[in-house]
Amino acid sequence: MIFATFLMSLREIRRNTMRSILTMLGIVIGVAAVITMTIIGEGATQSVKNDISALGDNMLIVSPGAARRGPVSSGSKSFTDADVSAIESQIGGIAAMAPAASRGATVVYGNLNVSTQVMGTTEGYVEVRGYKLAQGRLLNDVDVRSGTAVCVLGETVRKALFGTGDAIGTSLRVGKVTCTVVGVLAPKGSSAMGQDQDDVLLIPLRQFQRRMSGNRDIPTIYISVDDSRPTAAVKARIEALLRERRGIQRGSEDDFNVRDMAEIAATVSSATGALTALLGAIAAVSLLVGGIGIMNIMLVSVTERTREIGIRIAIGALGREVMLQFLTEAVVLSTLGGVIGIITGVAMGFGVTSLMKIPFVPTPGIIIISFAFSAIVGVAFGYLPARKAAKLSPIEALRHE
Amino acid sequence: MVSDADQVSEREAAIRAVNAITPWFELKQISKIYGHGESEVRALDRIDLSIYAGEFVSVMGTSGSGKSTCMNIVGCLDVPTSGTYLFHGVDVGKLDRDQQALLRRHYIGFVFQGFNLLARTSALENVELPLVYRRVAKSERRERAMRALAEVGLAGREGHTPAELSGGQQQRVAIARALVTEPSLLLADEPTGNLDSARSEEIMQLLVRLNMERSLTIAMVTHEPDMAEFGTRIVTFRDGHIIDDQPTKRMIA
Repeated sequence: MIFATFLMSLREIRRNTMRSILTMLGIVIGVAAVITMTIIGEGATQSVKNDISALGDNMLIVSPGAARRGPVSSGSKSFTDADVSAIESQIGGIAAMAPAASRGATVVYGNLNVSTQVMGTTEGYVEVRGYKLAQGRLLNDVDVRSGTAVCVLGETVRKALFGTGDAIGTSLRVGKVTCTVVGVLAPKGSSAMGQDQDDVLLIPLRQFQRRMSGNRDIPTIYISVDDSRPTAAVKARIEALLRERRGIQRGSEDDFNVRDMAEIAATVSSATGALTALLGAIAAVSLLVGGIGIMNIMLVSVTERTREIGIRIAIGALGREVMLQFLTEAVVLSTLGGVIGIITGVAMGFGVTSLMKIPFVPTPGIIIISFAFSAIVGVAFGYLPARKAAKLSPIEALRHE
Repeated sequence: MVSDADQVSEREAAIRAVNAITPWFELKQISKIYGHGESEVRALDRIDLSIYAGEFVSVMGTSGSGKSTCMNIVGCLDVPTSGTYLFHGVDVGKLDRDQQALLRRHYIGFVFQGFNLLARTSALENVELPLVYRRVAKSERRERAMRALAEVGLAGREGHTPAELSGGQQQRVAIARALVTEPSLLLADEPTGNLDSARSEEIMQLLVRLNMERSLTIAMVTHEPDMAEFGTRIVTFRDGHIIDDQPTKRMIA
């Protein structure tokens, strides 16, 4: 009986092509919308998270000036070599640190020149900022201490000056300094804030101070906290140490600030979380609209179906045979629509994420929920009216207007 | 030596004698009441009616006279409020919904005023439908449906859907659908109600032929005296009672 009913349901689906397509369409749209939206939302969130972790989410940036007056305030004094050594020797849990000073400068090679950010720093900078070396070597201890005239290029600078040629070993003029290229950094792309992180040229801090800034100030210290230590605790200890060293009285404000990338990451994550929630809400509305669409089609056909059920019962069908037929029909349509919806949604999600160059992260939970919701609506509104009609007396069902 | 003709008439006489004792369908003191208390409507009031094998009973009466209610009970589509209905000797009142459905499936064919064919479904598939519920194998189903359609004069139109057929043709499909199971009773509720007089005449001729050639027992509801005359017997209803029950001229002649 079940197999015969199944065949009969398939015949009915084929016979009522338009109604079947419209029913399925509601489910397809609902499921596909939810899946596409959440894939985009998840992808955007993931993309931002990746950017932040590429930046180093265990990074602290120490700079002069009170936090509320902006990162760099002319009124506050910079740090010194002694501050750097004090942090290095007295604070535990630091994986790497790099004092740094920077300024914009024009870099000249042959008859080509390019403006970039020249960063005077130490060996630790590459590790703290999460750069990788593409060619040659990094600045080393010897370079930093002796202030040898060497430099390491970011990809953007290298490309502008050398194109496909080899940069290692050539001499560049950086401002008034002539230095030898010893290494090239691997491209890192844009930061979460949209800054080109490859538009940089690294030279030893000592050399920067001697030849470019003309003083021994250290405007910024980058610190990478050991993964096993809580960043906030290390931050607090650095703040305490610097207050003491800078002679700030209890109760007065800091004239420096320590920014925690983990905090920034959390802020940005919550913002993208809100984006995902918004997309999710839009998707939920489309699911609801899809559900109402299914409901409409099903209810519109109730009159016709009630008469049909009356005919079937009059010629001797049992109530349960009719209900089984309609249930099968609803299940087949809902499942088919759901599967098409999943395929469409995942395909659209894949298309959009690859266009936006963000990670493609399908969420099985959402796929299952949207499918289940649509299927339940489809089955309920396909089956319940049929069940009601099958319980009518055949005469009432036949007279149904 | 007795001739063949004599043998046949002797057999018929025997069948008639048996039938005279045992009607195929027998209503005893049937009442049908709708509503309760003040608004109570007595659609049928203690009706007695027997239908014998091979009869073509025309049931007449104005609307509201109870004729349709009575036929719905005869067709096991409705149950009486009180009284006993014996269907081939079985008390229908004691059967549950499913058993009544099985009775319809195996013994009754229906023809309705509004044709009641499945829309967007070919004539052949419409006629096959009762056989599907009877679990008849596909090839046999097809063959029997083709034969039934040929019998009502629709050979060659098996693939047409109701929308592609005229009213008269749709009613023929409905008759084929009722015939295909070889029922012991064909119940027709105003079969010509939606048709013009020429088409009505054709449908009636078809029913008469089925009654004569296949000894098909027919109960037909109509309010047109012309149509009623095609039967062998006319039962007239008024206000829930049978007021007249007579053989037709066709029988007397």
